[in-house]
Amino acid sequence: MKVLACVKPVPDPSAPVRYQENGRLDRTGKVVLDEADSYGVEVALRLAEASGGSVVLGTMSDSSDPAPLRAALAMGAEEALVASDSRLGGADALTTARVLGALVRRSGAEVVVTATESADGYTGTVAAQLAEVLGWPALTFASHVSLEGDHVVVRRQSETGTLEVAAPVPCVISVTAGSVEPRYATFKGIVAAKSRPVTTLTLDELGVVLDEERVHDIVDVRDAPGRAAGEKIVDEGQAAAAIVAYFDALKIL
Amino acid sequence: MTTAWVVVEPSANGWSEAAGELLTLARRVSDDVHLVTWSSSLDAGRAGAFGASSQVVVAHDEDHLVADDVVAGMEDLAAADGHPDIVLFGSSYDGRDIAGRLSVRWGRTVVTNVVDLRATPDGWESEHLVVGGTSVSRTRVSGPALFVVRRKSVTPEECGGSPAAQREVAGASSTVARVRSRVLEVSDGPDLESAPVVVSGGRGLGRAEHYQWVDELAGLLGGAGGASRAIVDAGWVPYSRQVGQTGKTVAPNLYVACGISGATQHLVGMKGSAHIVAINKDPDAPIFQVADLGVVGDVTSVLPQVIALLRERRGA
Ligand SMILES: Cc1cc2nc3c(=O)[nH]c(=O)nc-3n(C[C@H](O)[C@H](O)[C@H](O)COP(=O)(O)OP(=O)(O)OC[C@H]3O[C@@H](n4cnc5c(N)ncnc54)[C@H](O)[C@@H]3O)c2cc1C
Repeated sequence: MKVLACVKPVPDPSAPVRYQENGRLDRTGKVVLDEADSYGVEVALRLAEASGGSVVLGTMSDSSDPAPLRAALAMGAEEALVASDSRLGGADALTTARVLGALVRRSGAEVVVTATESADGYTGTVAAQLAEVLGWPALTFASHVSLEGDHVVVRRQSETGTLEVAAPVPCVISVTAGSVEPRYATFKGIVAAKSRPVTTLTLDELGVVLDEERVHDIVDVRDAPGRAAGEKIVDEGQAAAAIVAYFDALKIL
Repeated sequence: MTTAWVVVEPSANGWSEAAGELLTLARRVSDDVHLVTWSSSLDAGRAGAFGASSQVVVAHDEDHLVADDVVAGMEDLAAADGHPDIVLFGSSYDGRDIAGRLSVRWGRTVVTNVVDLRATPDGWESEHLVVGGTSVSRTRVSGPALFVVRRKSVTPEECGGSPAAQREVAGASSTVARVRSRVLEVSDGPDLESAPVVVSGGRGLGRAEHYQWVDELAGLLGGAGGASRAIVDAGWVPYSRQVGQTGKTVAPNLYVACGISGATQHLVGMKGSAHIVAINKDPDAPIFQVADLGVVGDVTSVLPQVIALLRERRGA
């Protein structure tokens, strides 16, 4: 079974976030594989291994830095498909899902694995949108994934617990961060990744037509309201009493 | 006149804070508000008091994913009544799934992590969190759109309308995905999202058994126990206790962070708390940047001492 893992190069989270004049994220600095995607790649590899298949990576990105894709290829993915087009700058989640859907069709994959949301845009709806674009069931927010014959079975997070949900292949799965332990790339994998094919495709090549009706403009971006740090004390045996005194002052006891 | 639909999870109590928040926001941007829920209805009197003129209950089969039924129901509703100009959803898993699927069906943009919304002459202007909640993006959307709103972004306010008219629509006749079983994680004490006090534990507790101190302090303060993702992933506590980007958003009067580093993904779920106390042995832990009272110390000694002092007081 061919499994497509959606991945996204995101600005290095350890560097300060920078924005362009138009409010869009400045992606010209160092980019890394979104940590959340490493879990999806791991789940995709396990599904491929369990079914004697392979993993192809799918991404929509205009980054020329090969490092993030190489990192995922080094884990064991066979190839990568990259949708890249100057018209995709500032694309909303719906356009992203349509473009990724075109990549999935092109790849011939029967199962798609994504993270629940990216670290940057942070929308968290692309998996469900992609499923709808493809007309496949959406097994979203999975903290555990397994294969039973031609069915994918997931443990889905819910507000109050978990559900076990099953759907036949083809389907789209989104996995929560921390659901599996992503494997480390081996030296062999890192070397092999350098020669694995990375194919870049434009919107025309993918046959995706953008609809210009939806206008979605960023007015401005600012830091989320912060909080001022208060008092900080070093415990020398007195801290517990200070905490209790603080509770008293709040009158919650 | 603009029409808004508000999609709200059913609640065992017949009402939820989330319903009040979403209806209050919907009223600010629309003069014709309808509530959509599934399985069982919410209190029609309160829905009306918050401004909903009708409440639509989509029939939901326990074997189906909620989104499959609700999307089918909303499609039928749109075919009968016309499409709404705007739809507001809560940030729950099902809310995000329904919004995603409808966005494709209806060709509409979806904006998530919304914390504020207002109407403009040709559409809407929203404020939503990006990059793990560290930045706020103000975005203008023209034409019909879908907004997924974060909990506790709006203060619920009634407007004194008359009870919402009740309607029922069918869900999906058949779906490919099947729910086979459910596990409910029950915890006693107040609900994490509405508790006045939340005591949360992180990896700094050192061992799973030490989480009992978190529960104990929460109990003594009449609060609920929360957790960082690190200890949820480690299997110390169930996921339903996770606070943060991929867990619950809490905004209690008091939040006590015990052995939690304060990663941005954790902070986004709790920095709206009125008062924050943090115990961490690392003086440079980011949690101290949001703490009103920061204690640099060993949580495995400070926490039991706090509990002992409070118990002593109880005894007295
Ligand atoms: C996509 C994504 C989503 C995420 N969503 C969430 C989320 O919803 N919620 C969440 O919490 N995290 C989330 N995370 C994870 C987050 O980045 C952190 O890894 C996590 O919050 C760390 O948990 P922690 O603070 O318990 O552990 P650590 O970061 O390991 O911190 C432990 C802390 O304990 C302190 N400590 C150690 N020993 C002691 C002691 N004896 N006494 C006192 N202090 C001590 C240390 O100084 C340290 O600061 C997410 C990450 C990603 C990538």
